[in-house]
Amino acid sequence: MSNQTYTVIFYLFAAITVCSAAFVVFTRNVIYSAFSLLFTFFGVAALYVFLSADFIAVTQVVVYVGGILVLLLFGVMFTNSIMQAPQKSEVLHIIPGTLLLAGITGALLYTFYTTHGWMPSETTLQGSIVERIGFETMSRYVLPFEMVSILLLAALIGAAFLARFDKPGK
Amino acid sequence: MEQLTTIGLNHYLTISAFLLGFGLFAVMTRKNAIVVLMGVELILNAANINFLAFSKYNGGMEGVMFALFIIVIAAAEAAIALAIVINIFKIYKSVDVSSIDSMKE
Repeated sequence: MSNQTYTVIFYLFAAITVCSAAFVVFTRNVIYSAFSLLFTFFGVAALYVFLSADFIAVTQVVVYVGGILVLLLFGVMFTNSIMQAPQKSEVLHIIPGTLLLAGITGALLYTFYTTHGWMPSETTLQGSIVERIGFETMSRYVLPFEMVSILLLAALIGAAFLARFDKPGK
Repeated sequence: MEQLTTIGLNHYLTISAFLLGFGLFAVMTRKNAIVVLMGVELILNAANINFLAFSKYNGGMEGVMFALFIIVIAAAEAAIALAIVINIFKIYKSVDVSSIDSMKE
């Protein structure tokens, strides 16, 4: 792939990510937000491929799009009656919110662009990293790996317990 | 022009700064609890992009492993938060975060 095509595809995915993220935030309809979030997650997954983190990109698609987004859509459908006219979500603190958005983004961009100390390493990540992730998971990160699996199990049991329906007789 | 056509660390940092800003905006201005959750997911994605970008240009695997763990934590967080939102909906018949002002039914 030539350098120019690479750049064009990068900007395409960057535009998809940022524009759909803006749409998630600025549209009033909750359903539109949820579906726009789908494009954000896919755009972010494509950026992960650009960052040569292919395994993380696949995980992003499986976990975010297949899991979290479905959960969020379930939440939207459960808490809004679909038959009822548009699912509007009201907005408050719009002026402080916009100031915060501009302030935080501007400050971060200013810091990033005025820091001249970014010196990329000689050995940047190249190619597929699946094998290296396997080695790291089973050597240096084996304790966090086991802990996070227990945390996930506990969280899912807790979520099922919290969201259960009470029996009618009680 | 050279800056724009050669994709470097700053490009990824810019995208993540925008995602963080939008996520904060959603958390701050929305009344619907589910849209607030979407804002939190945007913030987590912004953090992930930063981790992976620094990891790529540093050449190490630390950022990649951190990103993997963040995705797992985000899944757990979404499940618990949705369960809480469903309980709030059962009690208050709405998910408006500004009208939930008592700890008891």
